[in-house]
Amino acid sequence: MLASMLCVMTDRGPDSAGFAVYGAGAKDKVKLSLRAAAGYDFSALAAGLSIPADGLPPLAVRSTHAIIEVPAAREADVRAFLAARHPEVAVVGTGARMEIFKEVGLPATVADTFGLAKMSGTHGIGHTRMATESAVTTAGAHPFSTGADQCLVHNGSLSNHNQLRRQLKREGITFETENDSEVAAGYLTWRLKQGATLGEALEAGLKDLDGFYTFVVGTENGFGVLRDPVACKPAVMAETDQYVAFGSEYRALVDLPGIEKARVFEPEPATVYFWERAQ
Amino acid sequence: MNAFSPDITFDLATSPLRDLNEALHKTSGESNARRWRVLNPEGRHAVAVGIDAPVTVEIDGNVGYYCAGMNQNASVIIHGNAGQGVAENMMSGFVRVCGDASQSAGATGHGGLLVVDGNASARCGISMKGIDIVVKGSIGHMSAFMGQSGSLIVFGDAGEALGDSLYEAKLFVRGTVKSLGADCIAKELRDEHKALLAQKLEAAGVAPGSVDLSEFKRYGSARKLYNFHVDNADAY
Repeated sequence: MLASMLCVMTDRGPDSAGFAVYGAGAKDKVKLSLRAAAGYDFSALAAGLSIPADGLPPLAVRSTHAIIEVPAAREADVRAFLAARHPEVAVVGTGARMEIFKEVGLPATVADTFGLAKMSGTHGIGHTRMATESAVTTAGAHPFSTGADQCLVHNGSLSNHNQLRRQLKREGITFETENDSEVAAGYLTWRLKQGATLGEALEAGLKDLDGFYTFVVGTENGFGVLRDPVACKPAVMAETDQYVAFGSEYRALVDLPGIEKARVFEPEPATVYFWERAQ
Repeated sequence: MNAFSPDITFDLATSPLRDLNEALHKTSGESNARRWRVLNPEGRHAVAVGIDAPVTVEIDGNVGYYCAGMNQNASVIIHGNAGQGVAENMMSGFVRVCGDASQSAGATGHGGLLVVDGNASARCGISMKGIDIVVKGSIGHMSAFMGQSGSLIVFGDAGEALGDSLYEAKLFVRGTVKSLGADCIAKELRDEHKALLAQKLEAAGVAPGSVDLSEFKRYGSARKLYNFHVDNADAY
């Protein structure tokens, strides 16, 4: 369903696409979403991560991305190892359940490349990009990870991202691109590190982020939506007994089952919304 | 809706939208096909735009952006929700949204009547130039921004900055107004305004007597902004 939603939105963002899928997770394990150049030997990398107690970590390679599962207690070590020994590999996201994939190209191609249509999970977030503030690169594609099992997609443009990036760098947040949306993700990461809840971080963003935005943030148990106070960028929601869906326009939602009977509405500007799955 | 027997039924699930709009444009004055039904709009943009003929078009489902834009003489009835800019730049005729309307409903409309049975979101009637808009629910922020002429009648509430930089559009809101925009003020609701309300509501198909007209508050321009001062006229 997410794949068909993305394809419908190709008209709006044809240059790159990405998605986060919240699938099954294993207790005390963490999944790292890794990205490298085409043809990269992820198995060799996994072999390097093997320790006698655990053996080879489970590895699932999908085109330029790989999901590697390691014990949660080893996450910091693994990240340090990757940073020191494999600078050619980017960690695009981590979490117990979240897997992130993104690539340049038409949304349909990207969805096919990663086999999105066959993935399953409790929820997922997709994005098609029409670049405005920075180059069309895989690193500039959404979603951006903001923390464990958290990611962000953005429609809009931020006007104070350069200043904010400088401030956040001083706070120890690292950035890969000149992209404004990555700054929004970095901003949320920073707020969360300071102990804010995601809701509080988004509320604070209303004050600190200047520009146009509709954000969708993914969490382990659901997702949130925030529009800027002027509501420059569109957003539409559909709710049924079975699901909650978000799209930039209704067109993206028309293939969803039972959409004719869904409650369709627009989220209010400057209001933080959260939907969580019943535990 | 059930009593409606169309001369032409157009299914957008099987026929291209462009063919529909082209056929509607050709109806001007020549065709006997006066009643149209459109099936499966599925949020498509620019459905039934630019009609210039006294036809009735009933659309079964939700539409995307700019539905019934630039309308002249036609009646377009949307049995669903409408995306941004429904009836934008309407010149004359009638457009009804049976569900909710998104942003900029009736934007820059020069004439005709737009009725929204549900809510309309931000910037409803922005830069309106003579259109009448009746919203039975509530409207979002910045509505009737720079409204020049026409009327905006709201049964529910209005969001922030209603009527900012207003010219001569007449605004009537029955519920609360979150805030008024620059140069927009509450004004007395006199008998002539009640008569205007009664006339517009009748045109919108609201049963006479079903709405207490004295519950509405009237808002208009205080005429204090720069362009209203004659002293500034020789600046150009």
